[in-house]
Order: sequence, then C-alpha cells, then structure tokens
Amino acid sequence: MRVANIIKEKLTEALSPIDLDVLDESHKHAGHAGSRPEGESHFNVKIVSQAFEGKSRVERQRLVYQALSEEMKQDIHALALNTMTPKEQEKS
Amino acid sequence: MSDNPTFDRINDEISDTDVVLFMKGTPMFPQCGFSAAVVGALSQMQVKFKGVNVLEDMEIREGIKAFSDWPTIPQLYVKGEFVGGCDIIKEMFEAGELQKMFDDKGIEHQS
Repeated sequence: MRVANIIKEKLTEALSPIDLDVLDESHKHAGHAGSRPEGESHFNVKIVSQAFEGKSRVERQRLVYQALSEEMKQDIHALALNTMTPKEQEKS
Repeated sequence: MSDNPTFDRINDEISDTDVVLFMKGTPMFPQCGFSAAVVGALSQMQVKFKGVNVLEDMEIREGIKAFSDWPTIPQLYVKGEFVGGCDIIKEMFEAGELQKMFDDKGIEHQS
C-alpha cells in the first residue's frame, strides 16, 4: 500500500479527524538526503480533530507522531504538520 | 547525571546555553530546509543561539530524538526546555508567540 494511504488510515483510526489532507511532497526534495527514488518520503499533513482540544502544539504533534511511530522510523523522512481543532478551523 | 552518556551530553548543551538548536548543518550553512526555516526565524529576531550539527554526531542525532520523545530534527531548546520542531517554531513566530516566549524567559531579541 502506498505510504500516503497508510498515513491516512493510521491517523483516521487514532484521531478520528473531521478533516485530513495528506500531500506527498517528495518531488520537492528529489535527490536530497532521505528522498527515495520511488518518492513517498516527504509529506505534508493537515489534520483537524477534536482530540487536539486543550492540547499544546507539542502535545498535538506527539499524538500524530505516536500514531505513525512505525512509519516515522522507516518510510517517512519528513513530515510537515498542521494540527487544528474543529473550532480553530472555523476561525481560519 | 543519568545512565545515558548521550543524554548527559545533551543536558550539558542545553544547560550551558540559553537557546540551542539541534539541526542538520550549521546556522551559516543549514543542510535541510526545515532546519533553515528555524534558523531564519531566529536570525530575523536576532536571537543569539547555538546550533548543534547532528549530521556530525550520530549519537546526538539519535539520542536527541529519544531525549525529547520527538522523532524529527530540528529541535529548539530554550533554557533547557524543549519548545518544538520546525512547524511549531514557524507557527509560534507567525503568531508572535515566539517573541512573547523569549520575553517571558528573559532572552534578548529584536522585533
């Protein structure tokens, strides 16, 4: 299965997001350390979940990293994160 | 002192200097876009900081991830406390929160 799909599946299971975007940005890093010829190493994730309510930025990202701990060790070289609660999304 | 000599070295780094950035490359020559972004924010605020190049030290490179329970680099520490990685520093900078944190901790900065 493609890495982006695994990310989506794991985050959906762990955090029940109401909005989730997983962008593969590996092409921007082609040839750079950590990039792989088949792509799928650099990702940008936007996730909106109630689970982030009342949590600091560090705590939110830790939740995401924990859900993806296996992938962070192997497939994912870089993960840019934007974490929001449903309330914050309404305001933005 | 802990049982882990790498953690001891990291503790020394972050207690010796108020603002420490564990990064890939050096502040003059960052070797990763994410590290460069944090260097950019700190430089724009004219904050004095020390860059620790994890590419030159495999023990620190792996150790820092376990130390903070944070799987990515860069990592910014202020007065011994982990503040965040690239996304968090950028968000805090744009929201003016980074400036406020430096004020609160008594760290000199511009703008």
